[in-house]
Amino acid sequence: MSNRLASGGRVDRSSRLRFTFDGVEYTGLRGDTLASALLANGVLAVGPSLYRERPRGIVTAGVDDPHALVQLERPFSEPMQLATTVELCEGLAATGLRGRGRLDEASDEARYDKTYLHTDVLVVGAGPAGLAAALVAGRSGARVVLVDDQPELGGSLLGGREEIDGRPALAWVDEVRAELDAQPETRVLTRATAIGYHDQNYLLVAERRPDRPGGGGRLWHFRARHVVLATGAHERPLVFAGNDRPGVMAAAAVRSYLNRYAVLPGGRAVVFTTGDSAYATALELAAAGAEVPALVDTRPEPPVALVEAARAAGIEVLAGSVVVGTEGGARLTGVRVRALTADDELTGPVREVACDLLAVSGGWSPAVHLWSMARGTVRYDEALAAFVPDRAAQHVRACGSGRGRYDLAGCLTEGLTAGAEAATAAGFPVTAPATPPCTGDETPAPPRPVWLVPGEEGDPSGWRDHFVDAQRDATVADVHRAIRAGMRSVEHIKRYTTIGTAHDQGKSCGVAAIGVIARLLGAGSPGEVGTTTFRGPYVPVSFALLAGRERGPLFDPVRTTAVHPWHVRRGAVFENVGQWHRPRYYPRPGEDMDAAVLRECRAAREGVAMMDASTLGKIDVIGPDAGAFLDRLYTNGFAKLPVGSARYGVMCRADGMVFDDGVTVRLAPDHYYLTTTTGNAAAVLDWMEEWLQTEWPELRVHCTSVTEQWSTVAVVGPRSREVLAALAPDLDVSNEGFPFMTVRDAVLANGVPARICRISFSGELAYEINVASWYGLAVWEAVFAYGAHAGITPYGTETMHVLRAEKGYPIVGQDTDGTVTPQDLGMAWIVARHKDFVGKRSFGRADSARADRRHLVGLLPVDRAELLPEGTQLVAPGADLAAVPVDSLGHVTSSYRSAALDRTFALALVRGGRDRIGDTVLAPLPDGRTVAATVTEPVLFDPKGARRDG
Amino acid sequence: MLLIACPWCGERDETEFHYGGQAHVAHPADPHALTDAEWGAYLFVRDNPKGEFAERWVHSAGCRRWFNVVRHTVTHDISAVYPAGQPRPNEQGEGTA
Repeated sequence: MSNRLASGGRVDRSSRLRFTFDGVEYTGLRGDTLASALLANGVLAVGPSLYRERPRGIVTAGVDDPHALVQLERPFSEPMQLATTVELCEGLAATGLRGRGRLDEASDEARYDKTYLHTDVLVVGAGPAGLAAALVAGRSGARVVLVDDQPELGGSLLGGREEIDGRPALAWVDEVRAELDAQPETRVLTRATAIGYHDQNYLLVAERRPDRPGGGGRLWHFRARHVVLATGAHERPLVFAGNDRPGVMAAAAVRSYLNRYAVLPGGRAVVFTTGDSAYATALELAAAGAEVPALVDTRPEPPVALVEAARAAGIEVLAGSVVVGTEGGARLTGVRVRALTADDELTGPVREVACDLLAVSGGWSPAVHLWSMARGTVRYDEALAAFVPDRAAQHVRACGSGRGRYDLAGCLTEGLTAGAEAATAAGFPVTAPATPPCTGDETPAPPRPVWLVPGEEGDPSGWRDHFVDAQRDATVADVHRAIRAGMRSVEHIKRYTTIGTAHDQGKSCGVAAIGVIARLLGAGSPGEVGTTTFRGPYVPVSFALLAGRERGPLFDPVRTTAVHPWHVRRGAVFENVGQWHRPRYYPRPGEDMDAAVLRECRAAREGVAMMDASTLGKIDVIGPDAGAFLDRLYTNGFAKLPVGSARYGVMCRADGMVFDDGVTVRLAPDHYYLTTTTGNAAAVLDWMEEWLQTEWPELRVHCTSVTEQWSTVAVVGPRSREVLAALAPDLDVSNEGFPFMTVRDAVLANGVPARICRISFSGELAYEINVASWYGLAVWEAVFAYGAHAGITPYGTETMHVLRAEKGYPIVGQDTDGTVTPQDLGMAWIVARHKDFVGKRSFGRADSARADRRHLVGLLPVDRAELLPEGTQLVAPGADLAAVPVDSLGHVTSSYRSAALDRTFALALVRGGRDRIGDTVLAPLPDGRTVAATVTEPVLFDPKGARRDG
Repeated sequence: MLLIACPWCGERDETEFHYGGQAHVAHPADPHALTDAEWGAYLFVRDNPKGEFAERWVHSAGCRRWFNVVRHTVTHDISAVYPAGQPRPNEQGEGTA
């Protein structure tokens, strides 16, 4: 069965396209949407409804369709597409959906891009108003962008038969397009939907690019000086019994199928309208060969000219009447019509009219979505029976049917004016030309909105087939129940009934729902109820489009050190530390992490081991006031640090909580070299700049990040001195010649100049060899070679953590969480008494002096093999684990197996922990067991520090 | 997304900046002269106006400079941008402390 008309339309009859829907093969034409091709093949029904499984059919010809959800399978997989917006292509395959799609498990390999563009004027919508606006704005010389969601320009003109300047309107569109293309600063985007309107005229536009293999698209980020919204209007449904039956369609959509796609959606059609616009649908249906037995108009006295035109076409006009019900199963077979009193009461006998198509026009709702997203206000216009743009909140103008202007001449005039005003305001003065003469849409007579067609029986509590939001199967009875439950706000009723929350976010049903609510509340008009909040995106967009190229390896920058290739060759297992990719451990064949880490730890404690420490944050602090500056930021003193010496420091926020720690070296009287926690480097630099710029601009200090400029190789263990002696033959490596916490410049045996610090993050004799990063790999390999005879063992972050935890050295951000003071860490010794620094005042607050603050302590599980998971909560013996909340003493912050201790151990923050040393605490585990552990001092290995000198 | 005119680099997208909270909250010259309540107010209490608000921004991905912005918290309109350390301009464009 073909419903394709013999002539007309914007489809290419020479280009036949094969496609399948629900597994059945059909053919359509280039220029079809999936919906128009299905209608041409006599297929109206799409998927059934979400909850009630009622049959549902195609309703509209655009983004506002409430039913036509499909799953695309070819040419690419995409869920939750609308048949009314999917362009037909050869080999397309789709299936109807019952309200819910399924994501393809395979990755979307199409190419998605982003483009950022500043423009003087951005025009949204390329119907008559938008085209006129872009045309005149472009003539000013301003940079203009025109975006439209359709494949071709024209908007409503594509579906109509208007004339402009004495010619078919689409000839005028072609002329405008040619002029726009010739303007050097104008850009026209089709298949491009404006999805969001954000602060300061920042708009997002989603462009589909079906011409590219595999689909794909581009997300445009526009910043516009002035915006013209010519977004058009959506035709509203009417709420009556059985209004969801397949065969009930929007009147303007029927017209669009006739004129744009040359498809006759039904053979015998009734039109049901509250205003003028649907008369064109009735007349054009009749002209296309359909029987049109009746036009049902809610108005008792429709405009005489329209009534006469209808009668001349053989159409009976049933004025002052409404459709009260539909007949049929999965396809409409007839409607029931009754008269309506001035008080919206049914009256008179039932008139049954057989038909397979009901074209409904419940009036028009300007598409104010973008306007509202831009924080513009809307007001209810009683004469238009619609919410229209009111006060703008940004540099934006609305024009055309998007602000309730429905005649073609008016749309053109408003567009020309808006375009001229926008360009002029953007600094490109231009005046609007005269509006060309046009025919077609006239200024319509006032509509008679009927927000709720009464049911033939019962009251609203039982009207379960009066669909308000068909996508949600939400009915008048549901709205009634919400109001009976006490709700009055449209926002509450929306959430209670879920009206407006399905895939179209209320584009079709939103205002109709407000009308129903107003009726059931007894409000005078929908204006008293108001709208819900409009939020982006205007149409659903895929995460693939939003992500663009920022997926997989490009999702976030990956930082690697100069030594990285060696780590990879060595078979290191990596972990992410911030953006850094760091070796976690280097397993030997057959080793798991525990075995590898125990081996690496033993090497560091008993022989010699090496680690790539290049990721440490490094900042050069240079200037005559550098020492004074560091004195103000660190809790301990640096101004008196001798040149050539190193010192460990802690810095706090103004609230006294530990922010970062690290070792700082003084290289010259005015030059300090500061190291930070790996993940905190940028934050520390920001922190230093903040104080320098905003509080102490008088200090003569400059800070420079040199993290990337230096590679650092840590050489650790009792035999590290002999490795260094071989590596740096001219350096006096004796304990007296190169004491702990000092720095030496040396030239290595391979000729590389190095800055060597004798510092230790393990408690062992250790050195950190710093070289320019382009020597990093060569120096790492040299250390490995010179240490080979001693069995030098590379180790990763996991071993580093175990070694430092055995010594009770905290990691900021792991053993602290922004609520921990230096005193809580047992580091009162690092807090200077005789100078001020950021945060010092906070130590005098009562809260900082509480005896029951959480302290960093060690924990030894009673079972030496029990490894407490990090994050485990701790409770006192006898605590009531059924209480809500359980009285927590604190939690485990670090937990490892120790080779040196031959057992497991942990660090923990424990309430009044230093007063509990020797006590037992309990750790309830996720597996249901509760295990005991003994509180200890945090330093569990070599508490006297005897090992650091080798 | 805001468009912020860095005093040194010109108009840039908000993603290049970090926010620094209320402007003109000076670190007390002698914190130890303050009561706990006064110190607590410096640490934790900030204005939250519905309207114009002087606030700090730093051009992290650009020149790394801190500066001040007067932004309307409802409309996001930025009515003034001025360097750190300068007083907030009044409606006549003159500096006020």
